[in-house]
Amino acid sequence: MDKTEWKILKEIADLEKTPQGAYNFRVNGQLDSRHTTANIDIVSKTDKPGIDIIVKPGTKGESVHIPVVLSMTGLTDVVYNDFYIGEGADVDIVAGCGIHNTGCETAQHDGIHVFHVGKNAKVRYVERHYGEGPGTGERVLNPRTEVYLDEGASITMEMTQIRGVDSTVRDTVAVVGAGGECIMNEKLLTDGTQHAESNMEIILDGADATGRVVSRSVAKGDSVQVFHPCMTGKAKCFGHVQCDSIIMDNAKIKSIPAIDAQDLDAQLIHEAAIGKIAGDQILKLMTLGLTEEEAEEKILEGFLE
Amino acid sequence: MLEISHLRYDVTAEDGSDLGILRDVDLTVPDGRLVVITGPNGGGKTTLARSIMGLNQPTDGTIRWNGQDITHMSITDRAKAGVSYGFQQPPRFKGLKVKDLIALAAGKPDLAPGEGCRYLTQVGLCADDYIDREVDASLSGGEVKRIEIATILARRAGLMIFDEPEAGIDLWSFAKLTETFEAIHKTGEYTLLIISHQERIIQLADEIVVIEKGEVAKHGPREEVFPQIMARTIPGCGYMKEA
Repeated sequence: MDKTEWKILKEIADLEKTPQGAYNFRVNGQLDSRHTTANIDIVSKTDKPGIDIIVKPGTKGESVHIPVVLSMTGLTDVVYNDFYIGEGADVDIVAGCGIHNTGCETAQHDGIHVFHVGKNAKVRYVERHYGEGPGTGERVLNPRTEVYLDEGASITMEMTQIRGVDSTVRDTVAVVGAGGECIMNEKLLTDGTQHAESNMEIILDGADATGRVVSRSVAKGDSVQVFHPCMTGKAKCFGHVQCDSIIMDNAKIKSIPAIDAQDLDAQLIHEAAIGKIAGDQILKLMTLGLTEEEAEEKILEGFLE
Repeated sequence: MLEISHLRYDVTAEDGSDLGILRDVDLTVPDGRLVVITGPNGGGKTTLARSIMGLNQPTDGTIRWNGQDITHMSITDRAKAGVSYGFQQPPRFKGLKVKDLIALAAGKPDLAPGEGCRYLTQVGLCADDYIDREVDASLSGGEVKRIEIATILARRAGLMIFDEPEAGIDLWSFAKLTETFEAIHKTGEYTLLIISHQERIIQLADEIVVIEKGEVAKHGPREEVFPQIMARTIPGCGYMKEA
C-alpha cells in the first residue's frame, strides 16, 4: 500500500500499521494482505468476491480488521463478507471503506455484510466511511448489512460517515433472537451536493429482545438526507428509535421513523427531531470567547461525537 | 472599572412606537466590588446585563470596561476583554459534556479533571456524578443552572455577571453558592455583578442597584439601600396591608 492508501486507512480504521489480531486489507478490489489467528479464520470466497470470517466459539477479546481502500478512479468494487461468530465469543470487528478519487469517473464500493452471531456471543462492530481526492468523479458507497442474532446474542454497531462521500444508500437489517440485543449508532454528515439515504430495520423476533437505534446527523450546504428506521416487535420486547438531525444552509432532511408492533407485549418508542443549531447555544459559546464559526464547529463536533 | 452611561435599549411596539426597556441608565462599578442588581420583574435588569455582554445591542449610550469602549464590540471580543455572563436560562447542548463546556470556559482544551471538578464542587454539584454527563435535557433546570455558574467560575474573567443564580437551585446548593460568591469577592480580583432577589445574596453586596422601569431607581451602599427595599416590600402593597 502507498502513502495515500495508508492515510485513508488511518481515517477509516485508525490504523497506522498492521493491527494486532486478524485482518484482511482489500485495496482496489484485490486482497492486499491478510492475517488469521488460532481462533479467527478468514477465507476467500470462491463463487464471488469477498471473504468468510469465522470466529471460533468462546473466542474472547480478539479483533478483526477488514478495511477496504479504493484509490483508483472508475472502479466499482462489490464485495460479499460473511461473518460467523461462534457461541459465547466476544469480539471487535472494524470495517470501513475509504475512497480516494483523483479522476473524473465514479469510484464505488458496495459492501454486503452478513453476520451470523451465535448464542450469547457479543460483537462490537465499527464501520467508518470516508471519501477524499481532488477528482471530479463521484465517491459512492452503498453498504448492505444483515445481522442475525441467536438467543442471548448482542451486537453494537457504530456506523459513521463524516466526510467526502457523494452518494450513499445504506441498508441495515437485524433480526434479534430471544434475550438478544441490537444497538445501532449512526452518525452522518453531508455537505455540498451529497446525498445520503439510510434504511434501518430491526426485527425483535424473540421474547425479551431489545433494539435501539440512535441516529445523529448534520446536513450542510445543498445536501439531502433521508432516514427510514423501522423497529418491528414480534414478541415481548423493547425497542427505541431516536433520530436527531441538525439542518444547515439549504440542506434537506427527511426522517421517517416507524414502529410496528405485532405482539401485545411489544413496547416500542420512536422519537425524531430536526432543527437548526439553537441561537443561544452559539451565543453561549461566544460568551466563552469562541468566534461564531468556532462555536458552530464545537456544537457539531459534540453532536456527532 | 465598569462605566455605563446614558444606556438605552428600545424595542418597537406593535403600534410602531418605541418601548424603552432601558432608558438612560448610568452606572459605575469600581474594580473588585460586588454589586447586586435587584428590582421588580420586567424592570430591565437582564437586558442591562445582556447589553454589557453584547447579547443585546443598545440603542444608545456607552459601555466602558477597564477604560475601553466596548459598546460596539462583538461578544467574542468582549469575552476576551474579560467580560463574562451566566445566562438566566442556560442553553442545553446535545453531545457536549460538562467537562467539555468547562474546558472551553477555562480556555484549556486539556483541562485537568481535578480542576473541572473543583468548579462543580463550588456550585454544590458532586463532580464525579456530573463531569462526564452531557449538558442535555437529562439534566434538571437547577443542575444546568449550576453548571452554567461553574463555567463562569472557570472563566475567571475580570467581570463576572450572574443572572439570578439562585433560580431553581435547592437550599443546600444555594448555601454553597453564596459561600462561593463570598470567597471570590474576598480575593478582590474580580468585579461581580449579580442580579438577584435573594436576601442572602443581597447581604453579600457592597452596593445595591435597584432597576425599575428601565432606570436606576436607587444605587448606594448596601447598608443604606437594603433597609429601603425591605421597607417597601410589604407596606407598599395595599392588599397585603388588608390581609
